[in-house]
Amino acid sequence: MTNTNKTVLASLMGQTTLVRGISSILIFLMVWQIGALCDDWFGVDILAIGLVPPPTDVFVAFLEVIPKIGYWQSWVASFSRVLTGFIVAMIIGIPFGLLLAVNRYFRGIFFPPFEILRPIPPLAWVPASLIFWPTNEMSIAFVTFLGAFFTIVINVLGGARAINISYLRAAQSMGASQFDLFWKIILPGTLPSIFTGAAVGMGITWEVVLAAEMISGGGTQGGGGLGFFIWSSYMGGSLEQIVVGMISIGIAGYLSSSAIRKIGYLLMPWKRLF
Amino acid sequence: MSKNMKISERLGALSIKNVTKVYDPEGVNVKAVDNCSMEIEGGEVCMIVGPSGCGKTTLLNSIAGFHSITEGSIHLDNELLCGPEKPIAAQGADRMVVFQHGALFPWKTLQENVAYGPTVQKTLGAKEAMSKAGDMLAEAGLGNFLTRYPGEVSSGMARRAEIVRALINDPKVLLLDEPYRAMDALTKQIMHESLLETYDRTGVTIFFITHDLEEAIFLGDKVHIVTTRPCQLKKTVEVKIPRPRSYETQSSEDFRKLLAEVNEAVHEEAVKAFQAGERELA
Amino acid sequence: MSASSQATNGQNKIAKPQGFDLLIYRVKKYFGRLDPYLTILGIGLWLFTYWVLCEGLQVWRFTKLPGPVAVSKDWFSTTPFQGISIFTAEYYDHIAVSCRRILIAFGIATALGVPLGLFMGWSRSIRDYIFPLIEVLRPIPILAWVPLSILLLPGFEWPVLFLATLASFFVTTLNAMLGVDSIDEEYFRAAGCLGSSRWDVFMNVVVPGALPFIFTGLQISIGVAWFSLVAAEMVSGDLGLGYLIVDAYMNNVTVPMVIAMITLGFIGYFSSALVRMLGNKLMAWHVKELNQQGR
Repeated sequence: MTNTNKTVLASLMGQTTLVRGISSILIFLMVWQIGALCDDWFGVDILAIGLVPPPTDVFVAFLEVIPKIGYWQSWVASFSRVLTGFIVAMIIGIPFGLLLAVNRYFRGIFFPPFEILRPIPPLAWVPASLIFWPTNEMSIAFVTFLGAFFTIVINVLGGARAINISYLRAAQSMGASQFDLFWKIILPGTLPSIFTGAAVGMGITWEVVLAAEMISGGGTQGGGGLGFFIWSSYMGGSLEQIVVGMISIGIAGYLSSSAIRKIGYLLMPWKRLF
Repeated sequence: MSKNMKISERLGALSIKNVTKVYDPEGVNVKAVDNCSMEIEGGEVCMIVGPSGCGKTTLLNSIAGFHSITEGSIHLDNELLCGPEKPIAAQGADRMVVFQHGALFPWKTLQENVAYGPTVQKTLGAKEAMSKAGDMLAEAGLGNFLTRYPGEVSSGMARRAEIVRALINDPKVLLLDEPYRAMDALTKQIMHESLLETYDRTGVTIFFITHDLEEAIFLGDKVHIVTTRPCQLKKTVEVKIPRPRSYETQSSEDFRKLLAEVNEAVHEEAVKAFQAGERELA
Repeated sequence: MSASSQATNGQNKIAKPQGFDLLIYRVKKYFGRLDPYLTILGIGLWLFTYWVLCEGLQVWRFTKLPGPVAVSKDWFSTTPFQGISIFTAEYYDHIAVSCRRILIAFGIATALGVPLGLFMGWSRSIRDYIFPLIEVLRPIPILAWVPLSILLLPGFEWPVLFLATLASFFVTTLNAMLGVDSIDEEYFRAAGCLGSSRWDVFMNVVVPGALPFIFTGLQISIGVAWFSLVAAEMVSGDLGLGYLIVDAYMNNVTVPMVIAMITLGFIGYFSSALVRMLGNKLMAWHVKELNQQGR
């Protein structure tokens, strides 16, 4: 009797959260709709919202672009840029971070220059890399790589340095070689931080790709991409399409970070308990 | 003052009747406490002994009002704390808890921590509370550490300060949840003596959870042995060693006999709990 | 007890050097180790490589970039060849504008984000209503807001401020909320036992308990604010270090570009150091706790 009551209560509790969440998003959409149409209805412009297209118009614009092949090509272009930069950053960043963590001399020599370059915002590198690299595509890849690289290295370094020294001693006492220590202890011990770094790095990568596409893609040899989609909508003055682009990028970013979470979940069975 | 009173005349009698607590994380019912009854007289030191994760803490949490009970009732001095109509007890300063891992606020100094209770209850002004806190800490031998943060003092000192923080509110019952668990044997000894000294001074009812059998007998008037999950009262052992007790008591013949008696009752449950291998509930 | 306190007092008398002596001691100790020499070697090696590639051997495309000699010559010259040096007022104008924008954006984001995050962590229903909204908006990269904010907000200043504030606001809010989540349940229970009202709990447990997370968040947040500020200034702007970089690029001068990048690195580093110092000052208890644990 009491048990069933409690279960019902529990499921209701869960639903309250859901109901509240949905209602808050609905209220947000309604405010947006009313705010956007206020100008047309009453001739009163509330702040700057009057210029924003209402959600219904955005929805219509969305339906318009979905069948267009160009829209999906921008998805592909942006995703391939993000992945290129991100994967290269992982391939170089993880060993670099681990080396920094395990070797004192390596850390002493390479960490200070790394720390000097790290605070420079990745986008500040854009013009320099546009000058340096022969093609636009290469400079975008380079800046994207930089954006993810610093975050990944810092996380790997922090994670590897935080490994409980007892694990290393235990492994050594069981006769592990340096090679074993690295592959069986340090690498799995660092995995959680690698994934934290990867998730943050992925976010930065998207920002950088967007910026690079906006700054350089406006030129003649820009290869499209979602950033360029927004930028050209901006140049064309289509507010609906700008919002469509923003939402698309939001979805793209969300998909990439969930993919990282999923991979992390699969690779780290011992973390699932928590 | 309370020293001369008979135990049954003092305040702080706890009556636990047929308490059952069922957790249901994701629909799977876990019975943590099953039909458990105990009578604790005012001013008694009541020790609860049982295997890890058996539901002792659940019992303490229901008395303190941290979570609800499913069936049964708990009374404090004949006033209902929680029962069928009111599954969760109101939290109040008449029952003070000393936590397993210590819960002095790390962002307040020892003195601020102790002064916190009277200040928020508005029984004392901020200044009086601070000075009373200082006096009480000094009495507990912590006079030189008033402005230290809990992170800066030893765990023994922190725990002692936590007990002072509880006592400044004149509670009827002190609820201690394995407060000396992480301490080494030597520090523990000092903590025991200090707790006994405090008890002799205040005569507060003590509800003390432990799985250290020697601790249970050394400190307690009664030792309640409970079964592994779900928690039920298995056996009660009365400790008739006279107070005040000192550490020499622990080598006496009576003490050894009691220890053997308690150990026998607990061992079986410990084996059962170990074989079940379940993870401890909160 | 008195014996032990005497012992600690005694220690204080014997050991601890004070003031200048302490400084000398620390410097000596620092240079007694290998690390400073490795650091010098590392930075030297890096500068040398940079110089060799750009100026020494003039390898391949590196000739297009200014080398360390060219940059420093211009940077510290009273008559800079490419327009920007420590002696030109323009340089400081750009710095001042960027710093002022960061200050405003970071200030607004902190003033709004910290309380909002704390309330979200503290109250189930506030979180239920606000959190989904934030989670829906957060995946949209800040850069994607650029065109919309340029179109909707007047002038150069407002879009830039808006973008930097928005970026920093999300980080601050989420960290404040996570900070409340990170507080051990037992502190809430202890506060409840001691007879706290809901407001007492907020002021005495929620706020101080979340501080370590809040300051971690603020450090990230100021970094993110710089990141978005530079982006916004590069796309739309009339002044500021981000604009200086783009402006130099447009005018085919490379030295001011590198000067602006290095300046950004320095200021970015110092601003986050400042936040960290402020945090340590406010959380003496936390710092001491960590020291005690030998971290």
